[in-house]
Amino acid sequence: MAPEEIRTAILEILEDIAPDEDLTALKDDVSFRDQMELDSMDFLDIVMELRKRYKVQIPEEEYGELASMDSTVNYLTPKMADISA
Amino acid sequence: MYDTIIIGAGMSGLAAGIRLAHYDQKVCIVERHYTIGGLNSFYRLNGRDYDVGLHAVTNFTAKGAKKGPLARILRQLRFKWEDFALAEQCGSRIAFPEVNLRFTNDLELLRSEVAAAFPDQVDAFDRLISRIDDYDDLDQDNFALSSREIVSSVISDPLLVEMIFCPLMWYGNAREHDMDWGQFCIMFRSVYMEGFARPFKGVRLILKNLVKRFRSLGGELKLRHGVKKICVDGQRAVAVLTDSGEEIVGKRILSSAGHIETLRLCEDVSEIDKRQIGQMSFIESISILNKQPAEIGCDETIVFYNDHEKFDWQRPVEGLCDPRTGVICSPNNYRYSDADGVLPDGVLRITTIADFERWSNLDEQEYARQKMVWFDRAIESAVRFVPDFRRYIIDTDMFTPTTIRRFTWHDNGAVYGAPDKKIDGTTHLENLFLCGTDQGFVGIIGSIMSGISMANMHCLRD
Repeated sequence: MAPEEIRTAILEILEDIAPDEDLTALKDDVSFRDQMELDSMDFLDIVMELRKRYKVQIPEEEYGELASMDSTVNYLTPKMADISA
Repeated sequence: MYDTIIIGAGMSGLAAGIRLAHYDQKVCIVERHYTIGGLNSFYRLNGRDYDVGLHAVTNFTAKGAKKGPLARILRQLRFKWEDFALAEQCGSRIAFPEVNLRFTNDLELLRSEVAAAFPDQVDAFDRLISRIDDYDDLDQDNFALSSREIVSSVISDPLLVEMIFCPLMWYGNAREHDMDWGQFCIMFRSVYMEGFARPFKGVRLILKNLVKRFRSLGGELKLRHGVKKICVDGQRAVAVLTDSGEEIVGKRILSSAGHIETLRLCEDVSEIDKRQIGQMSFIESISILNKQPAEIGCDETIVFYNDHEKFDWQRPVEGLCDPRTGVICSPNNYRYSDADGVLPDGVLRITTIADFERWSNLDEQEYARQKMVWFDRAIESAVRFVPDFRRYIIDTDMFTPTTIRRFTWHDNGAVYGAPDKKIDGTTHLENLFLCGTDQGFVGIIGSIMSGISMANMHCLRD
């Protein structure tokens, strides 16, 4: 998947986790925690959804890489390069 | 072979089941009873719908709120705010001799009532609130501190201390006399800071949404499947054996049966420490009226009353019940939408502290007689605090500690379970975990949160 496709995939997951949230105004360089007030349970959910949908494994010590959209896409780009969108 | 077997189809078990089934686990919920819900179930009698336990859903936050337990569980279970269809309370009251404190879902009203009735305590009340704000839910070290000590060190008027404790103990304290500080903070937020709400259709709406979702994700629900034994091999639980002799094999077990109740099922446990069993049980006297309660002046959502200055939270010292304190609740008195309108019947529910052992020792005839006696005594006590509604009663129902025992399987019919909570949900077996009442959180939202957090912590990380 290309970075832009990964971004779309993440948006779909966020939409699922927080259906009441308006994601059109999401700033890619600001942390999810500050914009959406996601907590540790929600981050676990992003990890679990990535595993469920794309079979991507993210070790617990690297959960911090998922702080913002930019950092998440950067982190996932090599991991998801071979996955077709 | 199941990935996870869940014991009990109450709020916590169903919520855990949804989380696990959503992440493609093969999950089976086994439930002893013929229906779902456990403590928070529902039934139909003489053509009317009743909730079993529900007075109010606590932890109310408005649509769009991102913080708080309600927002959290909606996200975790992928529900919309509308799915729970919560209507806010009209207003509630703590009623002691000579002093009343009204409160709603806006803490400011309670604060102004405290300022009016206890002018020299309002700064202390604010300090108490900041102590509660600072308490971290995950703080296990300070969870079991004495909240009576902490609250009394901040608020110097003993009557105000008793009045603050009254609703919080009533709505979630398994321990007699005192309350764990962690439980106090969680209850204070859920009752006074977030507040009360109710779906027009009652608890059945929430339960039906949970069970529908669980099944749509492929989860299996086996009703009328009581667990007789948890089969153990070394340090691991390997299967459950049902009353009918069926063996169900799973990689792990999540039990909402209660801490002691779960240990008793384990074939490797021979001795149970009975001091850990909860003592607080209740009767509930339900009156159906031929009017809406508000028409006869009963327009409040919940009234917590206590007829003397000290609030004694303990099993009755003598007799079947202690009618000096109680809770009066009307499911009619919520701000339902215009589309829903009003509930078809007027309902007033009165909860009174009761003694399990004395109720369970009655023979059948005496049990029936005492139910009638205590129905009347409970109402007689309550109408000192709300308008007398007795002449409008057209139907009644009642439950006792033995009814609670039958539906929840909790020892002693202890509504809020055992006093010592097992916050991390672990047991002596490496793949047997607890959720529900004895894991720590109470109320509808609390028990759903318990199921979710134990599923996340123990069942999803491999």
